[in-house]
Amino acid sequence: MARQLSRRRFMVYTLAASTLTVAAPLGCDGSSAEGVEPTAAGVSTPSDVLVTGTDEEMLVLEVTAANRVVVRLPRVEVGQGITTAVAMMIAEELDARLADVDIPLAEARKKGNQYTGGSSSVTSLYGPARELAATARAKLVTAAARRWHLPAGQLRTRDTMVIAPDGRTATFGSLTESAARIQHPAVSTKPKPTSEHRVIGRPTTRIDARDIVTGRAKYAGDVAVAGAKPTVVARPPTLGGKVVSVDDRAARALPGVHAVVRIAGGVAVVADSFHHAFKARDALRITWAPGPLAALSDAGIRSRLRAAVPPLGTPLLGTRQVTGEFEFAFVSHAPMEVLTAVADVRADRAELWFSSQTPMDARDSIASAVGLPASKVRVHVTRGGGSFGRRLNFDAAIEAALISKAAHRPVKLMWSRNDDIRHGRMRPASHHRIRASHAGGRVVSFTHMMASVNESYEQEGPAAQGGVTGVVSGSRVAGPLPSDSGLYNFGRVSGDSGGVELAMPLGAWRSVDSGTSRTAEEIVVDEVAGSLGEDPVAFRRTTLRSKRVKAVLDKVASTGNWGRTMPAGQAQGVAVHEEYGSCVACLVEIDATDPKKPRVTKVVMAADVGTAVNPRGLQAQLMGTAADGISTVLQAGLHIDRGAVREGSFADFHYARQRHAPLHFEAHIMPSRRDPGGAGELGVPAAAGAVANAYARATGTRPRRFPINF
Amino acid sequence: MPSYSFLLNGKPVTVEAPADMPLLWVLRDLLDVTGPKYGCGVGVCRACTSHLDGAEIQPCVVPVADCAGRKVTTIEGLADGDTLHPVQQAWLDCDVAQCGFCQPGQIMAAAALLKKTSSPTDADIDRIENVCRCGTYSRIREAIKKASAQG
Repeated sequence: MARQLSRRRFMVYTLAASTLTVAAPLGCDGSSAEGVEPTAAGVSTPSDVLVTGTDEEMLVLEVTAANRVVVRLPRVEVGQGITTAVAMMIAEELDARLADVDIPLAEARKKGNQYTGGSSSVTSLYGPARELAATARAKLVTAAARRWHLPAGQLRTRDTMVIAPDGRTATFGSLTESAARIQHPAVSTKPKPTSEHRVIGRPTTRIDARDIVTGRAKYAGDVAVAGAKPTVVARPPTLGGKVVSVDDRAARALPGVHAVVRIAGGVAVVADSFHHAFKARDALRITWAPGPLAALSDAGIRSRLRAAVPPLGTPLLGTRQVTGEFEFAFVSHAPMEVLTAVADVRADRAELWFSSQTPMDARDSIASAVGLPASKVRVHVTRGGGSFGRRLNFDAAIEAALISKAAHRPVKLMWSRNDDIRHGRMRPASHHRIRASHAGGRVVSFTHMMASVNESYEQEGPAAQGGVTGVVSGSRVAGPLPSDSGLYNFGRVSGDSGGVELAMPLGAWRSVDSGTSRTAEEIVVDEVAGSLGEDPVAFRRTTLRSKRVKAVLDKVASTGNWGRTMPAGQAQGVAVHEEYGSCVACLVEIDATDPKKPRVTKVVMAADVGTAVNPRGLQAQLMGTAADGISTVLQAGLHIDRGAVREGSFADFHYARQRHAPLHFEAHIMPSRRDPGGAGELGVPAAAGAVANAYARATGTRPRRFPINF
Repeated sequence: MPSYSFLLNGKPVTVEAPADMPLLWVLRDLLDVTGPKYGCGVGVCRACTSHLDGAEIQPCVVPVADCAGRKVTTIEGLADGDTLHPVQQAWLDCDVAQCGFCQPGQIMAAAALLKKTSSPTDADIDRIENVCRCGTYSRIREAIKKASAQG
């Protein structure tokens, strides 16, 4: 999927500045950790080439005179904890206090890797961030040595200070000006060996936790931009419906209304407050033409998907078959913060504020939508209130820019929750046909054929579609199915995929295809075990190829007390997954006494992600994927009725609430000295598979259509 | 335009607003108090949860007229200066938040629950309706119990 990122060498540069400012280039792509040299960092050769100005492709570290360490991060924080992880990497190598490290989000750059996705952030930043900080530290130590006329080798660093043997101290801030002039550091610029890590690997509270619990954390809708007026859009009842005519007289006559603007997606209202904007939106009299899917409902989509699945072919002679067909409904990303974008588009320039996983693509698309050169468009990246893949696309930002241009004023566009759920984006619905053939007690071939809905429009354009297709389609079914990674020793493994092209706003959803494909496969693995009369854990232990995967499975089986006796209607389920250079196992206990109201009572997960920079953050990510597994398997999905999404809020899109969450959750992080793999999406397929398998065992059913209660 | 006065986080405020304007937009758009978040506008997701006279409300469905002469507390007003409310402190200690967007509402809901029930059971906690799309529920449960124990 992702291109290989060479991490053998990071050049570290000193930028010409009056304070210490060092930079390390970032690879042009994230990558799974597979194949990466485990000791990559150790062989780097830092250089002291002077570069004038700020190179856009770089990760830049600055030590300010006020003793702050600032690294402007070319990634977005959407809750996954990347700002905390990077702050920890910097604090580790610099010997700075975590509280002295600031990780603001970089605005959209002109080049380089500014993509947040594919669970690639820690993997792509781990080398550069540590190299950068280690070089900065060496220069600070050298500067202190010169000031004190002491050998640099005698100095220590701690708590954002250099410390002399006699106890004298100098803060990094007090040394930054002289350190900026150091050409050749007198101490090593190499990052520490893993064995000396004191910050990396230690469970650490998020650096933004206090801002969050006090309400100070700022999201796009909280950003104060002078004159940016609240804006909402009246959208069609069907997906892709169009305005035939609009009578806006009543809306315009309402108090506090500044502008009514027709856009591709509907009719926008700009007003003094969101209250005024919603009132005026509701006063618009719009005649809508139905969208292109108005004749299509779930049953039709399901049958088209079924027909698009490539044939399984003929099974090997002399084998017995375990087969399953699985259907997954559309699922909303539904981040808590609905899409929000502030746009100020002028005749000669534009400036926007929104949360984006792909700000460079966004900037280019916005520029072309409003007819400005990309160099005249600034995109400020704000923290996001969740994403789960939703902010790979920038639909709302393009709309906001077009509305601002038409209304001749800055606007703060917010999608309503209805907009968010009814108009996408969504995880595509999919259909899977899986066959495991066994003979002599062993699986000798495993075939997985699938089809999913692909987004396709007759007339494509940024205004109509409002987002990247490249990133999303590039991260979708392009490669082999995950089963091809050879997770299990299943003999001949094959797979293929088909698609149904529909004009629907789709998007990569946390763990992308693995969330459905691997979930279905883990269900089949359980059924194969049953067919062979084997226990699901024991069967996996004998058929998994990787020691690391076996180890995480063993961990959940032992800590989760696999096989314990449970009352009727209750059961355990297990599943594993391997991706992004990492692996995970999940054990679930479910109470399905009432199969319509199942409760996952306990979740035990174990993950091996290589070095876990922040184990507490990783546990949080796994906890989130458990909620995703519970939701998508048991209860949360979207129906399509005559070309429209039936659900419209969290009242009917049943994402898990507290009463659906496990009463007991634990996540074990396997110790490892390998470089970090990806982790943010890792847990979804294992959690979903374990929930499905637990439900099947508790109810004696074979779940085939998800969500089960829908 | 009618005008309404109420106590916001301990300070008297007066706003000119239509009577039916939801408190959420009065707070966010007129008073620049952005801690309470919009998540649905229909009282379902509860991201905006705040307190009216100490009891839990969803400001997205409470008209400003209903707040006249009363005490409104948002997440910004929960702490006592720099001293966090025990629920906020428990949230920090348990590192509950992920994206953080629903957390002001979660914290206000938990604080309201603990005011009513000083030692909530799992069943009491299960009745909290606030949605957390990041799925931080287990840590929310842990933090509520911790805040309860510290009383």
